[in-house]
Amino acid sequence: MTLELDRITIARDGAPLVSLSARIEPGQVLTLMGPSGCGKSTLLAAIIGALPPVFALSGRILLEGRDVTALPIEHRRIGILFQEATLFPHLSVAGNLAFAQPRRTPDRGARIDEALAEAGLEGFGPRDPATLSGGQRARVALMRTLLAEPRALLLDEPFSGLDTDRRARIRDFVFQRARERGLPVLLVTHDAEDARAAGGHVLGVDGLETDL
Amino acid sequence: MPVRATTGARPPGAVALFPPLTVLLLAGPVLAGVAGVLLPAFGFMPALGGHALSLDPWRALWAWPGLAAAVRLSVVTGLAATAISLAITLLIVAAWHGTRSFALVTRALSPLLSLPHAAAAFGLAFLIAPSGWIARALSPWATGWDRPPDFLSVNDPAGLALIAGLVIKEIPFLLLMTLAALGQVDATRSALVARTMGYGRVSGWMKAVAPRVYAQIRLPVFAVLAYSMSVVDVALILGPTRPPTLAVQIVDWMNRPDLSHRFTAAAGAALQLALVVGILALWFAGERLAGALGRCWATGGARGRRLDPVLRPLALVLAGISAGAVFLGLAGLAIWSVAGMWRFPDLIPESFSLRHWQGQARGLGAAVQVTALIGVASTLAALVLAVGCLEREFRIRRPTDRRLSALIYLPLIVPQVAFLPGLTTLALVAGVGGTVAAVAVAHLVFVLPYVFLALSDPWRAWDTRCATVGHSLGAGPNRVLWAIRLPMLTRALLIAAAVGFATSVAQYLPTLLVGAGRVATLTTEAVALAASGNRRLIGVWAVMQMALPFTVFALALGLPALIFARRRGMAP
Amino acid sequence: MLRHIAPITLVAALSLPLPALADPDPADWGAVLSEARGQTVFWNAWGGDPRINAFIEQVGDMLEDRHGVRLTHVRLADTADAVTRVVAERSAGRDSGGAVDVIWINGANFVSMKDNDLLFGPFAEALPNWRYVDTEANPAVLTDFTVPVDGLGAPWAMFRMVFEYDSAAVSEPPRSLDALRNWIAANPGRFTYPQPPDFLGTSFLKQAMWGLVDDPAVLMGPTDAVDYDAVTAPLWAYLDEITPNLWRQGRAYPANEPALGQLLADGEIDIGFAFNPGRASAAIADGELPGTIRTFVFEQGTLGNSSYLSIPYNAANKAGALVLANLILDPEVQALAQDPDVLGFQTVLGMHLLDNEDRARFEALELGIATLPPQDMGIALDEPHPSWMTQLAEDWVTRYGIAD
Repeated sequence: MTLELDRITIARDGAPLVSLSARIEPGQVLTLMGPSGCGKSTLLAAIIGALPPVFALSGRILLEGRDVTALPIEHRRIGILFQEATLFPHLSVAGNLAFAQPRRTPDRGARIDEALAEAGLEGFGPRDPATLSGGQRARVALMRTLLAEPRALLLDEPFSGLDTDRRARIRDFVFQRARERGLPVLLVTHDAEDARAAGGHVLGVDGLETDL
Repeated sequence: MPVRATTGARPPGAVALFPPLTVLLLAGPVLAGVAGVLLPAFGFMPALGGHALSLDPWRALWAWPGLAAAVRLSVVTGLAATAISLAITLLIVAAWHGTRSFALVTRALSPLLSLPHAAAAFGLAFLIAPSGWIARALSPWATGWDRPPDFLSVNDPAGLALIAGLVIKEIPFLLLMTLAALGQVDATRSALVARTMGYGRVSGWMKAVAPRVYAQIRLPVFAVLAYSMSVVDVALILGPTRPPTLAVQIVDWMNRPDLSHRFTAAAGAALQLALVVGILALWFAGERLAGALGRCWATGGARGRRLDPVLRPLALVLAGISAGAVFLGLAGLAIWSVAGMWRFPDLIPESFSLRHWQGQARGLGAAVQVTALIGVASTLAALVLAVGCLEREFRIRRPTDRRLSALIYLPLIVPQVAFLPGLTTLALVAGVGGTVAAVAVAHLVFVLPYVFLALSDPWRAWDTRCATVGHSLGAGPNRVLWAIRLPMLTRALLIAAAVGFATSVAQYLPTLLVGAGRVATLTTEAVALAASGNRRLIGVWAVMQMALPFTVFALALGLPALIFARRRGMAP
Repeated sequence: MLRHIAPITLVAALSLPLPALADPDPADWGAVLSEARGQTVFWNAWGGDPRINAFIEQVGDMLEDRHGVRLTHVRLADTADAVTRVVAERSAGRDSGGAVDVIWINGANFVSMKDNDLLFGPFAEALPNWRYVDTEANPAVLTDFTVPVDGLGAPWAMFRMVFEYDSAAVSEPPRSLDALRNWIAANPGRFTYPQPPDFLGTSFLKQAMWGLVDDPAVLMGPTDAVDYDAVTAPLWAYLDEITPNLWRQGRAYPANEPALGQLLADGEIDIGFAFNPGRASAAIADGELPGTIRTFVFEQGTLGNSSYLSIPYNAANKAGALVLANLILDPEVQALAQDPDVLGFQTVLGMHLLDNEDRARFEALELGIATLPPQDMGIALDEPHPSWMTQLAEDWVTRYGIAD
C-alpha cells in the first residue's frame, strides 16, 4: 500500500496555496508542517475528496498505483482522523464502530469487541461517546477508522487537543496500529514534537523538506 | 486543468428534482391563484358569465361606500402592527440579550409561536371587552361599575384592538427569528465590544448589532407586514365592523349568493395585492431613510448610557404585557369553557359545568381527526421537500440560489385573500374542491415556508466533518443522510415539524375556501363560532385549537430527550 | 332562525340545469329508503348554537339507527354560504354529485334558489310524515315570506320574534315601537340590534316597518311596486332618533343573535330579542342567562316564519336527504325539538292529527320559566316580501354601516 501525490497544486482564485509531490510507502509517516492557515487541512480535504468548490486542484492522487483523483470520498478508502474525534453523538461507542464496518464483515460484534480491547477500552461498547475522556475518544475514533479497512491514513492534528502526557501515548498507539497494518500515513501538524515522533520525512506546503 | 470531480461536490442525483418541485408547489398555486383573481377583477370569468374584459368590477368596488375607510384600516393596521411588534422585539433583545431575564422572556414567549392567531385574538377580546377580565378585576371596587361600562374596546373603529391582537402574536415570531439571526452576526461579541467603548447596553446593541440583525430578519418582517394588512380571522374577531377591513369585506363578497359580487371581490383582492406591494415599497423607502438616519446616529458617538435605566424596565414591562395578555386571555377562555353562570363583575364563575365539553365531544373529536390528518400530511410533505432542497444544496456544495430562497417566502408575502379565491375557483373547476387532499395541498403552500425557515439554520449549522468522516468510512451520500445527518438533526426536524403542524392547524382561509366548507378543522369551526359571541363554546374550541399544536410541540421537545436520554452529545 | 340574507340576483348566464336521470321519487317511499341506506347526507345548517348542533347530532344518531343513513352537519357561519356553493357548482358545470345535500333555509335564500331552479322537488307533500303537518293552523308552512313553497322545502319549525328583558332592571317592558323608543331614550346604551345584513338585525328593521307603515299590505309585495323612499322614510327617522342612545352609541353592533344574547347575559344591555320563544328559558336552564330574564311581545304582534329543509338540484345523496326531511317531521323528533331543554322550537304538526301516544309527548313538555304561554304570544305578523329584507339591509349598510 502506497500513497502518492503526483505534482499536486491547490489554488484559490488562481493563487497557488499548496504545491507538492510526495510518495509515502506502507507503514511510513510523512509529516506536513506549517503555521495554521497555510493550507495543510486543505490538502487533506483534497486527498480524501472533500475539497470545497472554491479551490482548484491539479495533479494526481495515486493509491496503490491507482488514480483515485476522480473518485468520490467513499470509494477512495482513505481514513482520516480530526483533532476533535468527531464521533457521531447519536450512536453509542459500539454503534460508531459498527457504522465503519463494511456490510459483509462477519462476526461484527466480536470484531468490535476485539477493536475495543485493542484500544484498552473493554466493555465501553454501550457507552455514550460524550462521556469519554479526550484520549478515549481519540482511540475510539482511530479504531473506527481502522475498522473501515482503509488503504491510507490521514491525521489532521489529531493530538493537539490532548495534554502532553496523554499525547505521547496516543501518538505512539496510532503510529503503531498504522505500522502493523502497513498503512501509509500523512500527518498534518504544527507541533515539532509530533513530527519528530513520526520519524519520517517532514515537508512544508511548498513541498520542500523542512528541518526540525 | 483543475479536476472537477475531486471537489467535495457530487452529482445531486434524484435530490436535484426537489428545488423545481418545491418551486412548482409554492409558486404554482400562488401565481395561478393571482391569475384567477386578476382575470375576474377585469370582468373575465366565463364560468360566471364574464366573457369580455371590463372595468365594471372596479366601478362596483369604487361604489362601495366603505372603500376609503377599509383601505385606510388595512394600511394603518399593517404598518402599526409591524412597526410596534418589530420595535418591541428589538427593544427586548437589545435590553436583555444574554441575561437570565432574557432566557425567561424567550421561554415564556416561544410557545406562543404555536398558538393559532384566532385563539390569541379570542383571548384578548375577552380580556379587554367592557365585560372582560380587566374590567371585572377592577369592578366595582375601583371603578364603581356594577354593570359593564358602555365603551368600545373590541371592534373599535380605529382598529386598535386589531393592532394589539396582531402585535401580541407577532412579537414571539419576530423574537424567535431574531434569536436565530443573532448567531449568524456574532452579536454577543459585537455588543461586548460596544460596551467596552462605554456604550449603554441598549444603544450599543442598537448601533452595533441591530442593523445586521435586521438585515437577517427582513423577510420575516415583510411577511408580518403583508399578513397584518390582509388578515381575515383576527380582523373578524377584533377588527372594526363599520366598515370592516378590506380583507374581511372581500371574503364577505366572496360568500354572497349573488355571484356578481365575485367580480367585486376579485377587484378588491387585486386592490389588496396592490396595497401590499405599495406598502412594501413604502417600507423599503422607510428602511433606506432609517438606515441613513441610523448611520448618523451610530457614528455620532453618543453613548446613551442614561437610556438603559428607562428602556430596560420598559422592555421587560412590554414583554410582560404582551405575554401576559395572551396567557391571561387563554386562561380566561379555558375558564369560560367550563363556566356555568358568570355575571359581571364576578372575577370567576358562580358555577362550573362540563356541559359544553360533553356537548361538543363528538364534533371536537371529528375536527381533531381532520385537523391532525391535514396537519400531518402537509407537514410530512413539507419536511421531505425541505430536506430534499437542503440536501441538494449540501451535495453540490453551493448555497441555494437567492431567487429560490425568496420564492419560498412568496406565499407568506402575497396576501392569502389575494390568491386563495382564484385558487378555490380553479380547484372547483378541476373537481377537487372540498376534499381533504386538496386542503392539505393548499396548507402545504403555507407550511413549507415555515418548515424551511425552522430547518434551514440547524441544517446548515451541522458540522459537515461528520459527513466527511462518514464518507471516508465508506458510506455513500444516502447512508450519510439517513444514518448520520437525519438522526443527528432529530431535534431540529421535530421542531420544524411542530412549527409546520402548528401552521397547518392555524390556517383558516385556505381551509374554508379550498375545503368548500366540507372540511371542518378546529380553526374553521372555532372561527365559525366566533360570530356567535358564545364565550363558553368559543372557549371549548379555542382551548382545543391551542392544545393540539401545544401537544405536538411538547412531543417535539420531549421525544429527543427521551430517545437520546443516554446521549449527552445530543443535548440542545 | 336563519342568518343573513344577501341580495339575490343570480347572473343570467346560468343556464337551466338538467335534472339527474335517476332522481328518487318520494311517492315510492320503499325505493327511497333502500336507496338511502349507506348514504352520508351533508346537512348544511348554521353552526353557531351548541343546542342546535347537539340536536342535529341527535337526529343524526336516529337517522343512522333507523335508516342506516349517516349524517354530517356542515356548520355554516352563514346560510348564504351553502347557496353560494350550489351556485358555484352549477357555474363549474357540476350538475350532479354536488357537495350540499340538505340546506336549512328560508327567506331570501329560499327564494333565490327557487327562482333559479336550484332546488330538487316538489317533494315535501309526498313525504309519509306530511300527514301530521297542520297546514290550516300554520299557513306559513306553505308560504315563505309571501312566496309559495310549492313543495320545494319541508317545513320543520315555526319561529316567532320575542323580546327578552332583564326583569331586575326593567320593571315594565315596552310593548310597542313607540314605547321602545321612549325606553331607549330613558335608558341610553341598554338596547341594540344585530348589524344588518344579519338576519335577526334586518328582521328588527322589518318589525319596525310593520309598526310604522300605514298600510302593511305594501310589505307583502316587492319593494319596487311601491314608493319605497316614502314608505321607508319613517323607519330611517326612527333609527336616526334611537341610534345615539343605542349600545356603544351605535358605533358598533353585535354580529348576530347569539352575540346579542351574550350582551344580555353579560348585563351590557337590558333588552334583547330572538326568533325562538323558548331560547331564554333554555339559556336560563343552562346557567347562561340570569334567572331574572323574561320575554314579551309587542301588542301589535311580532314577526313569525317557518324554516324548511330543501334539497339542491344537484345533491349527491337525494334519497338520504328525503329520509332526513321525513324524519324531521316525525312526531318524536318534533317533540324533541319543542322540548325547552333541547331547542324550544315550535312544532309544525297539528295535535289533532297525531295519535294519543304522540300527542302525549307534546303534552308532557313544560313551558319553561321565561316562555310565554300560547295565549300570551299575540299575533304572528307575516314576513314581508323577501325584497324588503334585501333592500332594507342594503340601505341600512349605506346609512349606518360605515363610520362617519
